[in-house]
Amino acid sequence: MEIVMSVAIGLLFMAAVYLMLSKSLIRIIIGTGLLSHGAHLLLLTMGGLGGTAPPVVADGVSVSDYADPLPQALILTAIVISFAVTSFFLVLAYRAYQELGTDNMELLRGTEDYE
Amino acid sequence: MSLVFLIFIPILAALFIPLLFKRLGQIHTGWFVLMVPAALFSYYATRLPSVMEGGTYVSEFSWIPSLDIAFVAYLDGLSLLFTLLITGIGALVVLYSIFYLDKHREQLHNFYVYLLIFMSAMLGVVQSDHLITLYLFWELTSISSFLLIAYWYTRDRSRFGALKSMMITVFGGLMMLGGFVLLSVMGGTYSIRELIAQAPELAQHDFFIWALVLVLLGAFTKSAQFPFYIWLPDAMEAPTPVSAYLHSATMVKAGIYLVARLTPIFALSEIWMWLVAGVGLFTMLWASFFALKQKDLKGILAFSTVSQLGLIMSLLGVAAAAYHVEDAAETYLKYAAFAAIFHLINHATFKGSLFMIAGIVDHETGTRDIRKLGGLMSLMPVSFTVALIGSLSMAGLPPFNGFLSKEMFLTAMLSLQEFEMFSMDVWWVLFPIIAWIGSVFTFIYSLYFVFHTFAGKHQPEELPKQAHEAPIGMLISPVFLAALVVLIFFIPNLIGDWLVKPAVAAIQPFLYDSPQNVDIHVAAWHGFNTELFMALGIFSIGGLMFWTLRKWQHLYDLYPDAVSLNRLYDEMMLLSGGGANRFSRIYMTGFIRSYLVYMFSFMTFIVLLTLFLTEAFQVDFSNLAPIGVYEIVILLAMVGATLTILGAKSRLTAIIALGAVGYSVALLFVIFRAPDLALTQLVIETISVALFLLAFYHLPQISRKEERMKFRFGNALVALGVGVTMTLVALSAHSQKALPSISEFYKETVYKEAGGGNIVNVILVDYRGFDTLFEIAVLGIAGIGIITMIRLRLTKKEGQHENK
Repeated sequence: MEIVMSVAIGLLFMAAVYLMLSKSLIRIIIGTGLLSHGAHLLLLTMGGLGGTAPPVVADGVSVSDYADPLPQALILTAIVISFAVTSFFLVLAYRAYQELGTDNMELLRGTEDYE
Repeated sequence: MSLVFLIFIPILAALFIPLLFKRLGQIHTGWFVLMVPAALFSYYATRLPSVMEGGTYVSEFSWIPSLDIAFVAYLDGLSLLFTLLITGIGALVVLYSIFYLDKHREQLHNFYVYLLIFMSAMLGVVQSDHLITLYLFWELTSISSFLLIAYWYTRDRSRFGALKSMMITVFGGLMMLGGFVLLSVMGGTYSIRELIAQAPELAQHDFFIWALVLVLLGAFTKSAQFPFYIWLPDAMEAPTPVSAYLHSATMVKAGIYLVARLTPIFALSEIWMWLVAGVGLFTMLWASFFALKQKDLKGILAFSTVSQLGLIMSLLGVAAAAYHVEDAAETYLKYAAFAAIFHLINHATFKGSLFMIAGIVDHETGTRDIRKLGGLMSLMPVSFTVALIGSLSMAGLPPFNGFLSKEMFLTAMLSLQEFEMFSMDVWWVLFPIIAWIGSVFTFIYSLYFVFHTFAGKHQPEELPKQAHEAPIGMLISPVFLAALVVLIFFIPNLIGDWLVKPAVAAIQPFLYDSPQNVDIHVAAWHGFNTELFMALGIFSIGGLMFWTLRKWQHLYDLYPDAVSLNRLYDEMMLLSGGGANRFSRIYMTGFIRSYLVYMFSFMTFIVLLTLFLTEAFQVDFSNLAPIGVYEIVILLAMVGATLTILGAKSRLTAIIALGAVGYSVALLFVIFRAPDLALTQLVIETISVALFLLAFYHLPQISRKEERMKFRFGNALVALGVGVTMTLVALSAHSQKALPSISEFYKETVYKEAGGGNIVNVILVDYRGFDTLFEIAVLGIAGIGIITMIRLRLTKKEGQHENK
């Protein structure tokens, strides 16, 4: 399963980077969204996908049966932070639209001659 | 008091200057400054008697012991002579500046702070025995010179001249540092004295030639030798006291000092002798020839300084020959070092007075253009007398000190016929000939300077000001120096014993044990010899050419500016500035995409390289979770949604597909037994999609023209690279557990230590509580940022209305 997941993660990263390299601001933001999904799955896979019980203490479950709780804690933090960053980006892009009337990065590069 | 701390007295005094200028503005700040060099001069003069006997003083202050860097003040004949020049001329120049710079109009605190910094730096250069601190002081002189040249910083020419001198001297300084480092590598010490002691071994070393050339680059740039002299004429934009002090008497002689100081190390090399003597002599000829092209009084003096520095330099080159001759003290070769030092003193006196006169003429008539000047003799009799004495001394006429050292210069050049090594037996004759031609031009420009300013027809209509004699205070310093010019002619041997011989003994320690052994007697008359006939030739030919100067001076205009060294400098500056700009423009495109491509490519490269170099890539098939149907279905959905984003035509589709990916991830969390993650992901994903839709779909400004992303191969390649890298990293990370996971600790202790059942939650709020706190802080900062951005629009719009 981990190998399949690794390939899927690579695919997510590939799509994310490809989107981030595009001209359109919204595609860049969608790219960062995909990137965080990829990173979350990467964390999960790194810890291993084994474990037969969720990491909640319960009677009759031995310690080795729990899924690894550490990646989950990390991912939980990462989800919240990526949400904060995404919404910040969104408002930034939204304001750039309003002020500049474009979301094309080629047109947002500042003045042509800055000497 | 310890000698090494005396070096820093001027810099310490500089700290009080701004205060004195602000609080006691009605008293010219220069009066306070004057005390510093005057006191130092008196103190150092008391060391003279013992140094005259061959005594030396050493004082050390350890600065960075771990790197073996220390301030070492070493006072012997050579450094004491320079020290006295720095403080003595310094005092006279400060006195002169009090009357030259107006206390109400000028930024005196700037001026004197820079000047005092320079004074410390220069004392440091001539007293340091430690190569690294010598370099430090050396660069400090360049910096203070830069500040002083740019003193009137609102003038374009001042800034240009300051930058030019900085570029050239700092370039040389860096080369010199390289030479110093090589010297210390060869000798295993930074101390000049210790290096001198092992000079014969150093000469055998492979680095020897490199060190020699690099050190000479430093000396030649500082002492304005060909082809680096071009900064000195442009440095004349500095206030005249600065030109008199830095650019004629002291700083430009730092290169001379360095060559003299290191002569015992490098004199064993044939290249040293040829370079120092050859470059010096050529500089002398070149600059004296072009001095006549100048129209600016200070321009003439600048070229004359370059020429005279070349003369002294060439004498030091010849002095190196004495190392190769048995019993050199018995031959005429002994005169070169003496002549160099003697002329250095004489040059400081007459050139100092001439610069001050040029400043006075500028001050009292409002112009330095020699074409507008003339006939000032009757209006400014004292200035004229001083200028005449200085010029005739520079021309080499008796009864002035220049005559004595000029004769000795010719003697030294002729003495090369006794020297038969280094193919000198063939080429020696060139030296007296070039020296003679240079002297003829020196004679002409000296007369040109004084007579075209003070004799001839007065043109009051050309002058911005009504010409009149300078105030007494301004005349004190030049008159004093002119008096020295005459005095030294009559007591040359006293000067020789007190100042010159100790310095000569320091330059040629292998020749003389103590200054008393320097067996040279200076005399104005030594019979009808070659030198006398050469001098007579100079006077007659020079006089004749000066007489006819007006007829041939316009020939200089034929020299094309396009091939000058100045033009070369300008082009190099343009080229380096423009070139650097163009180069960075190649990669600094202004597109965020380019920068991302650099980052992603580099990251891919580094990670893949590390993976394979450290053989970290391996896949472990033993510990895999089983592949389930649900997982595969969800993954397929996720991949499908991702592909949809890539191929989406409308933004709406892309946003919804992104949501689909997010929900798939949430489902995966469910399957992989992470209920908390699944819940959070579902909530966050829902809000995100809503936010996306809000921001982009409901915005009226969005253009409805939407198109599918064009395929770009380069981007795809980078993306593929990152994707493959991440897959490999994921596989290796899963397959290798170098350290046991801390998860086991959490699993075991969560209940009894933290009293919680949900391990993930306990980790977040208990074990890693601070992390969570900072996570909330990030969320808060993002929130504040968002609010600020939205507010920013409102205030700006209000502002626009107000403007209307």
